[in-house]
Amino acid sequence: MKVLTPTVLTYLKVVLLVAVVPAIVGFVIVLAERRLMGFMQARLGPNRVGPKGTLQGLADLLKLVTKEDITPSGAEKAVHFLSPVLSVIPALTALALIPFGPTLRLSRTVSTPLYVTDVNVGLLFLLAITSIGVYGIILGGWSSNNKYSLLGGLRSAAQLVSYEVPMGLALVSVLLMTRSLSLVEIVQRQERIHLWFVFPGLVAFFLYFVAGVAETNRNPFDLPEAESELVSGFNTEYSGVKFAFFFLGEYTAMIVISCVAATVFLGGWLRPFPSVKALAFLDVVPPAIWFLIKTGFFLFAYIWFRSTFPRYRFDQLMALGWKWMIPLALVNIVVVASAILATPGRTNGLFALAWIYGGLFLVMALLAKLRRALARRERLAAIPQGARESA
Amino acid sequence: MPRPADGSPENPGAHTLFDVQEMELNFGPQHPSTHGVLRLVLKVDGEKILEAKPDVGYLHRGTEKLFETETYPMGIPHTDRMDYVAAATNNHAFCLTIEKLLGVEIPRRAQLIRVILDELQRLSSHLVWLGTSGIDLGAVTPFWYAFREREQILDFFEEYCGARLTLNCMRIGGLPFDLTPGWIERLSEFLDDLPARIDDYEQLLTDNRIWKKRTVGVGVISAEECIEWGLTGPVLRGSGREWDLRRAQPYECYDELDFIVPTRPGGDTYDRYIVRVQEMRQSVRILKQCVAKLGPGEIRGKVPRVIKPPAEEVYASIEAPKGELGFYCVSNGTNRPYRMHCRPPSFINLQALPRLAKGHLISDLVALIGTIDIVLGEVDR
Repeated sequence: MKVLTPTVLTYLKVVLLVAVVPAIVGFVIVLAERRLMGFMQARLGPNRVGPKGTLQGLADLLKLVTKEDITPSGAEKAVHFLSPVLSVIPALTALALIPFGPTLRLSRTVSTPLYVTDVNVGLLFLLAITSIGVYGIILGGWSSNNKYSLLGGLRSAAQLVSYEVPMGLALVSVLLMTRSLSLVEIVQRQERIHLWFVFPGLVAFFLYFVAGVAETNRNPFDLPEAESELVSGFNTEYSGVKFAFFFLGEYTAMIVISCVAATVFLGGWLRPFPSVKALAFLDVVPPAIWFLIKTGFFLFAYIWFRSTFPRYRFDQLMALGWKWMIPLALVNIVVVASAILATPGRTNGLFALAWIYGGLFLVMALLAKLRRALARRERLAAIPQGARESA
Repeated sequence: MPRPADGSPENPGAHTLFDVQEMELNFGPQHPSTHGVLRLVLKVDGEKILEAKPDVGYLHRGTEKLFETETYPMGIPHTDRMDYVAAATNNHAFCLTIEKLLGVEIPRRAQLIRVILDELQRLSSHLVWLGTSGIDLGAVTPFWYAFREREQILDFFEEYCGARLTLNCMRIGGLPFDLTPGWIERLSEFLDDLPARIDDYEQLLTDNRIWKKRTVGVGVISAEECIEWGLTGPVLRGSGREWDLRRAQPYECYDELDFIVPTRPGGDTYDRYIVRVQEMRQSVRILKQCVAKLGPGEIRGKVPRVIKPPAEEVYASIEAPKGELGFYCVSNGTNRPYRMHCRPPSFINLQALPRLAKGHLISDLVALIGTIDIVLGEVDR
């Protein structure tokens, strides 16, 4: 088996990633999103094309490919053409860094890790490359010669740039725990200290995922698109394949955010509680499948958010980012750093922090519930006595 | 033309750091959240609205002129097309005006069924409003829930008169049909279900942080201003004035029914939302009472075959889902009205939009169009 040298294998993995991921996007995620949203919204969702609607993705793709490709008059032609590409390529590139699993043994002599490459500045590279994708949206909105697109582009310029900051800061606290930027090392470290980083990094985790949702322009932060306000915003003037590219870019970015969240916070390919021997039967499920389950959870959350939340307003979104998330992320860095320094060389501090954060989370969840109940009571009290029974 | 210096009397409020450039933005008539063919010409500074000018008339069909060319009963179907999500109340207001002109007595059963149809229509109109204004603010799911229930209401209409939207379900002096067997029983079942469904919508929106952020303090208008502009319906009640024609000048048998007129003090988008949701609950109460009171009887009063009212002028109005819907009729003694004028709540409430929108962001404009609850068929007529 001289053919399958590591180089060849790497190329194979790249091809697989570039060919398979778009297919997954088209067929699985889009269908899952539409069916799930249908389920949440008391309707069926697409179920006509192919068995149970499974070929809907193909039908959508055919429709988009056969559509006329329109460049509006007065558009900045080159930029208008390039921006959809600019939104897809960085997202696909980022996938090269994601460790889908540990080394996979193909035969007695050939084995390969389930990631294209393990860059030692992995996280940094990831943040850098995904922020390039933002330009696709900004330039796409600007180059369309449409006022709505321009407003969408402006919104994304402000939104995406400001949410890069809390996202990066949230990941800094993880770096403190691992002392490495390599994604593979981050997973291995979680295995070694018997602790997923989601527990000591609970705050960082929430900040990262919220910023991630904002980065990918999804509800409740879908302001650059904002169909009901800006008539689809930056992609108003895009049709056919170019639109499909924006679509692909958005969904690939969602996958990247979910993959990174799973890797950094949920232990990547590790099974739940890797140190507990009693749960060893969970090893029946291959590591790569654990990774996909975790990623799927985040993708589900994306869809769940979309059918639950109204949309933020632009100024409120900026206020949330700058006045709440960035200060919180900075405080969190200090807290995590103190927890690490409190017990140098050991991980007791991280475990203590995990308990504290977990407790705080529970208390806050209960308080929120209580507040909601009180608000409801107050509202009902405002209704006159006679009308109460039907309210 | 050179820009006046910053801080000078001609340009007092200007920024000193950046050059302010106004952009003119054409909002509609083809825009997903103008609820039809409303066109707004906006002057914006970034996203901030400096001026919003509604441009109406894209759906103008000369309804008032059409009334003059046809006999009185032939006018009823035209009213269906005005506020097309609340046809029954349009029919009702029209018939009520002609009945006032004729001085006809309406049998009790017909009165009760009219109230039932009105309140069902109010429910369905408010459900459309709830769903669409939710979508405007990015909340997609309440739309599907609201339309699920609206569908059931439309089924009731369909069973009653054959139509779902353009009902043509009232006649001068009464009703065209009696209820089908089992209709009332099915309605009662539906009414037992509905409050829990309304709880579902509220669960998604009322205490939702983002929903509150998007609606509280947006588009505040005081009761005095509402009265000056002539705004009626939930908009006025959302500003704290308890004014509902069903209570203030009862028609049909509303004076016998026990219901409250929900009001809220704040006058913002959130308060108007709460008022409408409360009104839906009150409609359920009214419907239950009507169902209980409904007995056998005539469905049509004594009306001559050819309607030739005396030469008089008359105005009658009802509380439509969107506010005071009135008709002003001038009769010259023939079988056609000499002049028929409509007081459409949507058109008059729309007047307040430029005042409400000024200084808000484009995102709020969408919320404001939703909150005044307009139907362009009625605005343009």
